[in-house]
Amino acid sequence: AAEMRIAKMEGEGARAVPLAGHVGFDSMPDQLVNKSVNHGFCFNILCVGETGLGKSTLMDTLFNTKFEGEPTQHNQPGVTLKSNTYELQESNVRLKLTVVNTVGFGDQINKEDSYKSIVEFIDAQFEAYLQEELKIKRTLHSYHDTRIHACLYFIAPTGHSLKSLDLVTMKKLDSKVNIIPIIAKSDAISKSELAKFKIKITSELVSNGVQIYQFPTDDESVAEINSTMNSHLPFAVVGSTEEVKIGNKMVKARQYPWGTVQVENENHCDFVKLREMLIRVNMEDLREQTHTRHYELYRRCKLEEMGFKDTDPDSKPFSLQETYEAKRNEFMGELQKKEEEMRQMFVQRVKEKEAELKEAEKELHEKFDRLKKLHQDEKKKLEEKKKSLDDELNTFKQKKTAAELLQNQAQQAGGSTTLKRDKERKK
Amino acid sequence: KPHTDSVKPNHGSPQAKGDKTNGSDFGYVGIDAILEQMRRKAMKQGFEFNIMVVGQSGLGKSTLMNTLFKSKVSRKSVQPNPEERIPKTIEIKSISHDIEEKGVRMKLTVIDTPGFGDQINNENCWQPIMKFINDQYEAYLQEEINIDRKKRIPDSRVHCCIYFIPPTGHCLRPLDVEFMRRLSKVVNIVPVIAKADTLTLEERDYFKQTIREELRANGIDVYPQKEFDEDAEDRMINDKIREMIPFAVVGSDQEYQVNGKRILGRKTKWGTIEVENIAHCEFAYLRDLLIRTHMQNIKDITGSIHYETYRVRRLNESNGHFTPHPSDHPAELKTNGQHEEQPNALQANGVAAQHEALSHEM
Repeated sequence: AAEMRIAKMEGEGARAVPLAGHVGFDSMPDQLVNKSVNHGFCFNILCVGETGLGKSTLMDTLFNTKFEGEPTQHNQPGVTLKSNTYELQESNVRLKLTVVNTVGFGDQINKEDSYKSIVEFIDAQFEAYLQEELKIKRTLHSYHDTRIHACLYFIAPTGHSLKSLDLVTMKKLDSKVNIIPIIAKSDAISKSELAKFKIKITSELVSNGVQIYQFPTDDESVAEINSTMNSHLPFAVVGSTEEVKIGNKMVKARQYPWGTVQVENENHCDFVKLREMLIRVNMEDLREQTHTRHYELYRRCKLEEMGFKDTDPDSKPFSLQETYEAKRNEFMGELQKKEEEMRQMFVQRVKEKEAELKEAEKELHEKFDRLKKLHQDEKKKLEEKKKSLDDELNTFKQKKTAAELLQNQAQQAGGSTTLKRDKERKK
Repeated sequence: KPHTDSVKPNHGSPQAKGDKTNGSDFGYVGIDAILEQMRRKAMKQGFEFNIMVVGQSGLGKSTLMNTLFKSKVSRKSVQPNPEERIPKTIEIKSISHDIEEKGVRMKLTVIDTPGFGDQINNENCWQPIMKFINDQYEAYLQEEINIDRKKRIPDSRVHCCIYFIPPTGHCLRPLDVEFMRRLSKVVNIVPVIAKADTLTLEERDYFKQTIREELRANGIDVYPQKEFDEDAEDRMINDKIREMIPFAVVGSDQEYQVNGKRILGRKTKWGTIEVENIAHCEFAYLRDLLIRTHMQNIKDITGSIHYETYRVRRLNESNGHFTPHPSDHPAELKTNGQHEEQPNALQANGVAAQHEALSHEM
């Protein structure tokens, strides 16, 4: 019989109670897994490394498939990131895998800014998620998460030490992404050199304070294998999609005149370890670390940068909403100001145009007046001329009349002959 | 000795199994191992479940909780009251328990609402409950919008509200309709017919049918809501459930010997009602729905629908005072039609003040 114990305080803390029978909530992990299966998973890997270190080949080998058709073009000036998404399925698990490659990394003469485009890319994915999370109406449930879950850093198999580009880049990335360093094309190094190389790399990483991803050791079911694997980092890998017959099996391998390097042979390289750690044991932890650690750090910095605070100077809790409002009002204010400016400009333009038109009108009026005056002057002149002509005409008429009168008088005095002549003349 | 640490895969055999991969068929990758990884993580983290019981006194709420979780999880079991007094106002009492089954740990919180429906005048008795539910959403939202926030935000949101309908056999009472109409918009409601051993099977079926019709007529969407069915398979399963609700339940924490087995039941002079016998009552269906099959889904609906609705409403509010709308219709709350342009009133309790206005509004 269960003991009855009075809870210490209402709703505070939980007391452990024994169950008198099978209740059935032990099915919860199954319910959760089923929901995830229906929803599908996504996993995003970033491959950083110089050209020619076998990044694409390794991805093909890891996921047992040929991802890209044509090899990447290496003719861009800076470092660009090329991202491709694939839908993979194994039994009932659907995986949306995104592989991002750095193209041209390490090719430049001046590599000072090489890391920048990588950091920008990683930040851009965080930013996209943050934007979605901050939306009012959001659909986080169906959001395609593009945040980088794992960064495979390809170290060139020089056998000596890390390049300064490697150290600088990894230092810039270690607070933003889970870094798993790997020695690429490790079949170029002999076994003894490899051991020394690994030690050198590890000590350089430590002395430069580079935080690489540690396989988690808190869950006892995987603690042992994870801590063992941690000691094997960086993994020395070889990638190949070519198959070679060894004994009576076909295996993935690279064939040389002096022997064959088998990818899945643990004596030859650490490929199997990488696959085990990256995919089969810790994929979920990589996703979780990305979300709860790297993303949260980005979000915190970004929000602080934008001026949000959890408490105001008087230590009273600020509502994010209030700051939202303040920012929104600021933005609206800016918008209004711009609108006002535009309106002013418009009014100004209208005024100017109006003035122009008025000017033109005035000119036209003046012209008209001038013409009118000209016309009047002409008319006047013409009238004067007419008048003088009329005067002349009158004068002539008078003279003519006078002349005729004189002639008549002369005729009457002249006699009949002139009459005859007049008569003849009159005929 | 670099190669003694051989990798031992702790899952199924790594045989060539590459089916349906994009491109050539090479071998087993191990992508499906993520299921095991998720399971491990879930076992480590444990689960939370918050269940509220609402109904008049004497409908067997506490007993049903104890029966569901096979343990003394109800408030009454934890705080036995010598004289069971009915409170003069509605109280909200929440109590949490850590329970464990086959390695799966759960923090179960049972929220009791003594006093509901017990007064002479029960007007607005849903208000304190509504406020409590919204307070939990608010608490979660506040934590979520913090700059520096916890890795796992503690989830005190009410996932499921069991509403106890008295076994009158006729129809829903106005109080039932009012409560469910309002609350179904903010929380998953699972109505049950309490103390169903007072109804014959025919009476029970008739009652259920009437209730379903009344729910439909009043536009009340109880869990599982039709609009949230994800696919055809979901719909099929949920349609079957929808044809059965409300479940007619009987609760008991007493065991009796029946046919050589010890089972939970209620012993009367005319027979023993076996709680987990589906021929006697529908307790087993309720238990299966709430716990064994749909618990995760119930939590998902709460998180991605009800909580998001609340969040949208909150973030759409202007910073000024929220003036109560003359009509008390809850449907109007969802829109931001009451958006008022007020000067920035930055109060220290800006959030709390608005929130009070919100609950008064209802």
